[in-house]
Amino acid sequence: MSLKDDLANIRDQALSEIKNVSDVSTLNQKIRVSFLGKRGKITKVLRDIKNLDPKERPEVGKYSNIVRNKIQDAVAKKNQELKQALLNQKLKDEKIDVTLPGSPVPKGSPHVIQSIIDHICDIFLGMGYQVLSGPEVEEEKYNFERMNLPKYHPARDMQATFYITNDILMRTQTSPMQARVLEKYDFSKGPLKMISPGIVFRRDNDDPTHSHQFHQVEGLVIDKNIKMSDLKGTLEYLIHQLFGDKFDIRLRPSYFPFTEPSVEVDMTCFNCMGKGCNICKNTGWIEVLGAGMVHPNVLKMAGIDPKEYGGFAFGLGPDRFAMLRYGVKDIRDFYLDDVRFLSQFD
Amino acid sequence: MKVSYNWLKEYLNLNVPADQLGEKIERTAVEVDSVTKHQDGLKKLVVGKVVSCEKHPNSDHLHVCQVDVNQDDLLQIVCGAPNVAAGEKVIVALPGSRIGNNVKIKRAKMRGVKSNGMLCGLDEVGFDRSVVPEKWLNGIYVFPDDAKVGKPIYHYLGMDDDLIDLDVTPNRGDMLSIYGTVHELAAIYDLKPDLNHPKVEENPKLNASDDISADVDKKIAPIYKLRVLKNVKIQPSPLWMQIRLWNADIRPVNNVVDITNYIMLKYGQPIQVYDLDKINNQKLLVRNARLNEKVETTDGDKVTLTDDDIVVADDQKPVALAGLTGLKGAEVDQNTKNIIFEAGVFSFVKVRKMAQRHSIHTGSSQRFERGVNHAGVNEALDAACEIEHRFTDADIEQGTVTASDIDAKPVNVDITLTRINRVLGLSLTMPEASNIFKRLGFGVEINDDQMSVSIPPRRWDIHIEADLFEEIARIYGYDNMPSTLPSGPTTIGKLTNKQKLIRRSRRILQDSGLTHAISYSLTTAKKANMFMMRKSYETKLKMPMTIDRSTLRMNLLSGLLDDVAYNQARGVDDVALYELGRVFYKDDEKQVRPNEVEHIAGVISGSLSIDTWNHKSKPVDFYQLKGIVDNYLDDLNLNGDIDYEATSDYPEMHPGRTANIYIHGHKIGFIGQIHPVIADKFNIKPTYAFELDLKTLIEMPKREQTADSVSKYPSISRDIAILVDKNVTNKEIVSAIQKRGGAFLNQVHLFDLYDGAHIPSGKKSMAYTLTYQDQHDTLQNEVVDKSMKKIQRDLKQQFNVTIR
Ligand SMILES: [Zn+2]
Repeated sequence: MSLKDDLANIRDQALSEIKNVSDVSTLNQKIRVSFLGKRGKITKVLRDIKNLDPKERPEVGKYSNIVRNKIQDAVAKKNQELKQALLNQKLKDEKIDVTLPGSPVPKGSPHVIQSIIDHICDIFLGMGYQVLSGPEVEEEKYNFERMNLPKYHPARDMQATFYITNDILMRTQTSPMQARVLEKYDFSKGPLKMISPGIVFRRDNDDPTHSHQFHQVEGLVIDKNIKMSDLKGTLEYLIHQLFGDKFDIRLRPSYFPFTEPSVEVDMTCFNCMGKGCNICKNTGWIEVLGAGMVHPNVLKMAGIDPKEYGGFAFGLGPDRFAMLRYGVKDIRDFYLDDVRFLSQFD
Repeated sequence: MKVSYNWLKEYLNLNVPADQLGEKIERTAVEVDSVTKHQDGLKKLVVGKVVSCEKHPNSDHLHVCQVDVNQDDLLQIVCGAPNVAAGEKVIVALPGSRIGNNVKIKRAKMRGVKSNGMLCGLDEVGFDRSVVPEKWLNGIYVFPDDAKVGKPIYHYLGMDDDLIDLDVTPNRGDMLSIYGTVHELAAIYDLKPDLNHPKVEENPKLNASDDISADVDKKIAPIYKLRVLKNVKIQPSPLWMQIRLWNADIRPVNNVVDITNYIMLKYGQPIQVYDLDKINNQKLLVRNARLNEKVETTDGDKVTLTDDDIVVADDQKPVALAGLTGLKGAEVDQNTKNIIFEAGVFSFVKVRKMAQRHSIHTGSSQRFERGVNHAGVNEALDAACEIEHRFTDADIEQGTVTASDIDAKPVNVDITLTRINRVLGLSLTMPEASNIFKRLGFGVEINDDQMSVSIPPRRWDIHIEADLFEEIARIYGYDNMPSTLPSGPTTIGKLTNKQKLIRRSRRILQDSGLTHAISYSLTTAKKANMFMMRKSYETKLKMPMTIDRSTLRMNLLSGLLDDVAYNQARGVDDVALYELGRVFYKDDEKQVRPNEVEHIAGVISGSLSIDTWNHKSKPVDFYQLKGIVDNYLDDLNLNGDIDYEATSDYPEMHPGRTANIYIHGHKIGFIGQIHPVIADKFNIKPTYAFELDLKTLIEMPKREQTADSVSKYPSISRDIAILVDKNVTNKEIVSAIQKRGGAFLNQVHLFDLYDGAHIPSGKKSMAYTLTYQDQHDTLQNEVVDKSMKKIQRDLKQQFNVTIR
């Protein structure tokens, strides 16, 4: 037997053992060491190389390297195979029931009325309006007098008022913000465009359709060339943005002391989409806001010349919007803060 | 006001269906509450004649009637009305009929006797008892003899008339009358109204001024007129007039009283009537009432007057609350022979105040409060006389006694077509615009672009240009108005920093699991004064409706605790809410208007999470809420250190589990557990809460958002575990560590706290990870060792800790 044959045998034996091994440690610790280690079989064979004819030595040396590389490659390859198998097994063992419920992430809900107000604000911000807020405890002067509602005006009956003193009251509307802004606004900065959301109060008994506290959003636009058709277009845009293009609006004459002309604005009934139902009293329309062209007296009292400047104002009720939009039957639901109720709206 | 369509048709050639008319009015003039007929929902009600009427054999009050309803056989009907009698023409509800309140009438037996229907009173066929004439209140209704047997009853009683219920806005007092509505409809439909005017035939032998004079305070009654009629006969008015009244929800009384109401409906001018012979000394005064003067209205209301009330009086007694209602003392009764009709205009402010003060709201006060046509007083007064004369052949005395008068003239308003089109966004031509004014019955003089519009006194709501814009817009039709958007210079709409921060606050707390609540700003005085973060006087309503809503809140938490209670009472134990709103502080008792301060508050009760298959929920605790608050405050990027200091200052908070929160030394709120006693009172489970002064948080300086450069060099971490007295706080230890840690100590993190088994009593074990970092160089172990030694030494010295 030549050394070369020995090496070939070793190679075959190693490849066979490598082929049959099934765990990484036997492969690496036993097989690899027994063949390739410092005291391994190949090294052992090469010890006899010095007995060979020096002419043969290089060839055997070369051959031994081929064998060694071959075994090394086989070990490496097997290692890879075993690792892969191991990994496959591990992954198999790690299988989970993906249908078990996920871990809940605590999350609070926004208040539905706040969401509507934010939405309205965003729509008007996009049209270049600023958002302003005014005091909830208001002076009679701003709440009534400056809004062209002198004492004993019959329209005051429409707004039962919580008074604190004879001159101080809980604001019954967000309209006093019109007066407050108008008396300060610097028209050299361009047209006045603002909305003012907030809480208002009425001396009412709470029942499903009345609340002593509710929300309003006031809007006001004053410039040199504002038309009533601008009011119509603006409110149409608002309703389309809020609820979609399927909803139309219509204007009806009405009366507010601080606007002239004054209109009540109806929109297509949410419930029947205009076909007529008991919610809209079969008209297909529901009343959603009041608006009009700012009364010249309101401008005059704020020190603005109604011959030069004019514009429109509107006031809408987010509570009413929410009730109509979501079919909420009782306005008190918005202020009792039942978490089951609140969490329905995102 | 319920307007009769039949009545309108007397003056206007209208042919549209009533519901369309109602719709048109609503779109063009005023809101319409309903369009109804009295006969709506009724069925098989006919005129019948009682042929015979016998006593019921088994009853002392029932009668058995044989009734002719123009069918083959007489109907036998048992009737309990006291006024049923043979020969009467009555309302018969046939078998299978439907009467008022949706009641069906079937054949029945009453005490053993067959009854094939029912004889009805007016209230039984749907009339409200308040409009049924007294005569018919307690029995069946009896028709005048010309009613045809077998015919439906509706036409005879005006029940087939369409009634359009107008919800008249305060500015359109003119539409509280038939004539006003006729003028309006004439404009809307471009028709010519055919109005009649009274012709008064006076008796030349009699002079009104011989029988009565009047003296008025012109500030109270700027117009005041009287007419006298002699030899009137008090009797029921004819059915047609009664129908006009009850269809307008007014009860017919007698011809004289009915005429006053009829005139008011027709012209909008309230009329008062007095018995001339009950007026002392032939003189009427209109004056302020005397303080505490006691009177009784003709309706029987007893009223104690104030000296701001106004009355019509003779020299002994008030006879009317001016513009409101008649009083007992000079009222018309069955024996009245001679009467005074009074028509005037009373101060709307005085009438309104008086009506409110005494809660007496009448058709008269409703009209005076909204104004009446100053040019129509005479005509209304004459019309009243004319009708009374027609009804009873009474003598109308010569002359109208006029104590005060105003010569009401048309108002002229100048307006340009350019301005109309510019303000409304229309493009009307001059003929279009001027025609609208003409349709309204206004005079128009055109001069180039200019119109001089002359408005008759019956439209006293119109006196400025803007009022005319409205007339044009509504008659032209809002549907015909284009939709445009404001042109002109653009403006930029954006949220202010404050608004952004408020929105952000809401989002952070929502993301932390808290739901946005909105509770009431008005609460009880007791709740308003809870959880006071500062000294403040309370703000109270002058006239609260209930004590529950009497005081402005000075905290948000009490409202949130109400919310927790509301939820937990409904079986929802896990509640996590926040609120963002205003509280109302007064620094001084005399301060009338409180300062409105934005607060933000939150509560957690029950558990923040639910039990799941892989996670057990924990009851809420202080540190969960503190984590939420920390996270929130951290997000605000406040420029300053946040400190929690234990406090027992809040009587409503757990004295051992509450901390004031300071930012850079400013107290901005508190956090802690609701005091168990308070929790009991609110009937809630253990609850943790915080309330912060959001206004101050908003105003506090914020850190500039710059990215800290992350060191390229590795950091070194060391743990230190100590055994320390229980009452030494984490804050004390951390600040000692930080003080001694040197320049490279970057972070101190508490990773363990233990005081259970194997720990000596009164002690606790705390373990921290200290992280060291040099921004500019690789840190040497020796530096860290040195720092750790210093820290250990210091902790031993200061707190007598054992290093473990
Ligand atoms: Zn509908």
